[in-house]
Amino acid sequence: MSISSESAKAYWGENLRIIMFYLAIWFVVSYGCGILFVDALDKIDFFGFPLGFWFGQQGSIFVFVVLIWAYVASMNKLDAKYDVQE
Amino acid sequence: MLSYLFIGGSFLLYIGIAVWARAGSTKEFYVAGGGVHPIANGMATAADWMSAASFISLAGLISFIGRDGSAYLMGWTGGYVLLAMLLAPYLRKFGKFTVPDFVGDRYESNTARIIGVACTIIISFTYVAGQMRGVGIVFSRYLHVDINTGVILGMAIVFFYAVLGGMKGITYTQVAQYCVLILAFTVPAFFLSAQVTGHILPQIGLGATLETGQSVLATLDQLSMDLGFAQYTTGTKSTIDIFCLTVALMCGTAGLPHVIVRFFTVPRVKDARTSAGYALIFIALLYTAIPGVAGFGRVNLIQTLNGPDNAGTEYAAIPDWFKNWENAGLLAWNDRNGDGKIQYAAGSAFDSKGGKPAFDDGADPRGEMGQRLATNALVGAEFDATKQPFANEVYVDRDIMVLANPEIAQLPAWVIALVAAGAVAAALSTAAGLLLVISTAIAHDLMKTVISPNITDKQELMYARMAAVVAILIAGYFGINPPGFVAQVVALAFGIASASVFPTLMLGIFYTRMNTQGAIAGMLVGLLSTVGYMWYFVFGGGDPADYFMGISPGGFGAVGLVLHFVVAIVVAKFTPPPSEEMQRIVADLRIPRGAGEAHAH
Repeated sequence: MSISSESAKAYWGENLRIIMFYLAIWFVVSYGCGILFVDALDKIDFFGFPLGFWFGQQGSIFVFVVLIWAYVASMNKLDAKYDVQE
Repeated sequence: MLSYLFIGGSFLLYIGIAVWARAGSTKEFYVAGGGVHPIANGMATAADWMSAASFISLAGLISFIGRDGSAYLMGWTGGYVLLAMLLAPYLRKFGKFTVPDFVGDRYESNTARIIGVACTIIISFTYVAGQMRGVGIVFSRYLHVDINTGVILGMAIVFFYAVLGGMKGITYTQVAQYCVLILAFTVPAFFLSAQVTGHILPQIGLGATLETGQSVLATLDQLSMDLGFAQYTTGTKSTIDIFCLTVALMCGTAGLPHVIVRFFTVPRVKDARTSAGYALIFIALLYTAIPGVAGFGRVNLIQTLNGPDNAGTEYAAIPDWFKNWENAGLLAWNDRNGDGKIQYAAGSAFDSKGGKPAFDDGADPRGEMGQRLATNALVGAEFDATKQPFANEVYVDRDIMVLANPEIAQLPAWVIALVAAGAVAAALSTAAGLLLVISTAIAHDLMKTVISPNITDKQELMYARMAAVVAILIAGYFGINPPGFVAQVVALAFGIASASVFPTLMLGIFYTRMNTQGAIAGMLVGLLSTVGYMWYFVFGGGDPADYFMGISPGGFGAVGLVLHFVVAIVVAKFTPPPSEEMQRIVADLRIPRGAGEAHAH
C-alpha cells in the first residue's frame, strides 16, 4: 500500500502546484475582482450589473463551484497517475 | 393556519427520520458510521452550514448595506474552496473524529488538544445562541406563541433527534432539512423576481431593466440616494476592512469544527473532495439567490412604506404585515412630524445605538392610531433637507427582511408558510450539528482521551448524550435570554475559527516540521489576540477611531491568522522537531491510499 518515497515526493509536489494554480484563480476573482479592483470594474456594465459588484455578489460564487470540481478532476487524474487512489 | 401545518409537518418528518436512523455505537453517533454518500453528505453539510444567519439574516443585511455585503457572500462560500483543497482530504486521511482529535494527535500533546476543545466549544456555543434566537423569531411571529414556548419547542425537537440519533440521525434529518430550506428560499425568490422583473431567476432578474427603462440596481441606487442612504452598488467601508473581513470569514468557514467534522463521515479521501464540491453547489443555489432577494426586497420595502408618490403611507392604510412585525417588536413607527403617515428615510427614529426602539412591554401602550409606543422615541423631525425629503420615522430590524418579503410582495399564503418552515429548518439543522460537536468534544476529546481513557464505548456514548442534553439546556437559556449582541458574537466565532483552528490544521498538514511548542504558541496567540481585540472594541468601549489599520473587530480574525502563522513558525524553528513517527504519519496523510474507516484509537 505504501509507495516509494521519491514517487510520494513527486506526487506531493504536483499536488501543491495544482492547489496553487486553483487558489491563484480563487484569489483573483474574489479578492481581486470583488474587492481590490471593484471600483475600476464597476465602470463596466455586465448584463445590467456593474462588473465588480457582480463578481462580489454572484460571479465569484459561480467560479468557486467550478474551481472545486476542476480540482476534484485534476486530483483524480493525479491519483491515478501515481497509482495512489483508493 | 398553513404555518402550523407546514412547520408541524416538517417536525413530524424530522422525528420520523430520527427514529429510523438511531445511533447504536459511538462511531455512528460521531461520524454516522463513516459511510455517508457524498451527495447526501453534501446536502447535510449545506444544511449544517446554512444557519439562521444565512437564511434569515444575510439577505436582510445585504438589503441594508448593499455592496459591502459582498464580503459575507464571498467569505461564506469561498471558504469551501480552502476546505476542499487544503483541509478536508487530509483530515479524512488522518482518520479521526474531531478537530481536537487531530490537534492533540498531530502535535502529540494533550495541552494542544485541550486548547482545541476550548476553541471548539467557544465557537460552537456562540453560534448556537444565534440559531435559537432565529427559532424564537419565527415561532413568535407565525405560530403566535410566546418566544419562550417557541424556544422550548425547538429545544425538544433538537433534543429528540440529536441525542438519540447522533451524527447518523442528524445527517439524514439534515438532508430533509436542506430540501425544505432550499425550496423555502428559492420559491419566494422566483416569485419576487418574476413579479418585479419578469425574469424567474433572481440571478438574472437583479440585472434586468424595469418598465421605467432603468435597471433594478440603478433604481435601487436612485431610491437610496433620494432618501439619504448610501448608494446600493457602492461601498462605504474601507478596502482593507472588507479585505480582512472576507479573509476572516473564509478562513473561519474552513475552520468551523461542525463543518470540518462533516468530512470525516465519508468513506474515502476522494469522497471528501467531492463532498465539498456538492456542498458548495447546494450552498450556491441559495447564496446566488440572496442578492436578488435582498435587492427586490429593498425596492418593495421602500415603495410600500413611502407609497407611490414617495410622501409616506397612512398608518391606518398600511398592510397587516407591518402591524404583525410591530407586535413582534421588530418594526416600529414614531410619527415625528405628526402627519399620521409612515415615512422611511436615512437616520434613526429612536434614540439608541442602531435606532432600536425600547418598547414599554409591561403596559404595551398604544398611540392614537394603535401603533406601539417606545420610551426612547425621538421628538421633533429635524433632517438634512439637502439629502432627504423627510425625517426617518421607522425602525426595521434587518432580520425580518426574508420573512417579511413574501408578505410585502403579497405572495400566496402557502409561500409565507413555506418560508417559516424553511427558517426553522435552517436554524434547527445548524443547532443540531453544533450541539453534536460540543458533546463530542466533551465526551470524546475530554472524557475519553484526557480524563478517563478506560471508559467503554457504551459509557462514552452515555457521556456524549449527557453532554448534548446540557448543551441543549445552555443553548435554550441563550434562546430565551438572548444576548443583545448576537451579530457580534457570531463574528467572534468566525474570528476565533480563522485565527486558531484554520492555521493550526493547515500547518499540521503542510508543514511537517511544525511541532508541539509552535502549535500551542500559535493557537494561543491567534485566539487571545482576536478575542482581546474584539472584546475591547465590542464590549470594552473601544473607540472605532483606534482600530488597528482601520480593521473592524469582525475582520481582525485575519490579523490573528497572520500572527498565528508567524508565531507558530518562529517558535517551531527554535524548538525540537516532532518525532520521527509523527513526521512519517504526516508524510502518509498526504497520500490518499489506505485511509480506511474513520477510527478512534
